[in-house]
Amino acid sequence: MTGSRVLSLGHYQPSRVVTNDDLAQIVDTNDAWIRDRVGIVERRIAAPDETVADMASAAAEKALAGSGLSAADIDLVAVATCSSVDRCPNVATRVAAFLGIEAPAAMDLNTACSGFSYALATADHAIRAGAARNAIVVGAEKLSDVTDWTDRSTCIIFGDGAGAAVVTATAEGEAPGIGPVVWGSAPDKKDTIRIEGWQPYIVQEGQAVFRWATTAIAPVALEACARAGVDPSEIAAFVAHQANARIIDGIAKRLQLSQAVIAKDIVESGNTSAASIPLALSKLVERREVPSGAPVLLMGFGGGLTYAGQVIRCP
Amino acid sequence: MSSREEIVAGLGQILEEVAGVKPADVSEEKSFTEDLDVDSLSMVEVVVAAEEKFGVKIPDDQVQNLKTVGDAVSYIASNA
Repeated sequence: MTGSRVLSLGHYQPSRVVTNDDLAQIVDTNDAWIRDRVGIVERRIAAPDETVADMASAAAEKALAGSGLSAADIDLVAVATCSSVDRCPNVATRVAAFLGIEAPAAMDLNTACSGFSYALATADHAIRAGAARNAIVVGAEKLSDVTDWTDRSTCIIFGDGAGAAVVTATAEGEAPGIGPVVWGSAPDKKDTIRIEGWQPYIVQEGQAVFRWATTAIAPVALEACARAGVDPSEIAAFVAHQANARIIDGIAKRLQLSQAVIAKDIVESGNTSAASIPLALSKLVERREVPSGAPVLLMGFGGGLTYAGQVIRCP
Repeated sequence: MSSREEIVAGLGQILEEVAGVKPADVSEEKSFTEDLDVDSLSMVEVVVAAEEKFGVKIPDDQVQNLKTVGDAVSYIASNA
């Protein structure tokens, strides 16, 4: 059976930088507290008229440009997002229209912060099933639209941005570049992160989510390594959802990744939910911090609570 | 079943590992947040480590009731 691999990556971040000191002007907080609790120094916030689809399109355009493929080659567009304001048309068709892709399968997928890993697995499965040949997978969020800017426990955490990957079928006889996904959810904890109702704000039970993330996710990541046939000591980069630097450190410690680069894009981008993994991965690859072909562990987790992780071969 | 002194000593080890608290500073009347400077996320790590060490379940909704080291000792002593 033909597998798939990530061919190229791209990312987009809004130009406006919001520092911790900027936030201290609007809520009772300070730089030291934010750095210590979540590890964020600054985040990017989209312009009022900049949409999830705009950011998704910009990231997808860069990924497509780096792939060597043309718009006509793409037959699936999958966008992970939980913050798109419009229900219809979905973000995926808007991305396709922007890129001039004429008739792709086009879908949005919402599993909140784990969304990119779910969408990447879905694209891999579509290619394996023969339902697609070349896919664009995007994670894009404008969390500033659903952030309560008077709530100091949440407004310090989130940012806006997008990351994208072009995924293509592997050649006959070539090893798959996207390993088996390990995915699931914790429905008993569904109310610990909420973006509910009309014109909603993100609400979360920070301690409960922190506890779940630091205890339940490492075993999933280890299973993803095992299912890909890769020992954790061989992982070249660990790109977890950029939720909180202390969560990332806590998971990484349990995985005993002896040689992995640990992605810490949260420092300069905040928590961008479904966008955080492709954003961090694209930047790592752009800075040449991971050799082409090296195994990279992706681990998404968040609202739902949901999780999905897989080992990919670095493009 | 551990004595209260043994539980305090065990919590002291955990607090040192998780939050860099000096074991000598740990005693039953100390508040985790006020006296020992343990923040809310470190408190979660202390709870998770305490569950493993003492073989006890400490649900999320109980964590907020554990204000002092003594509160935690009493909970562990009666639920382990």
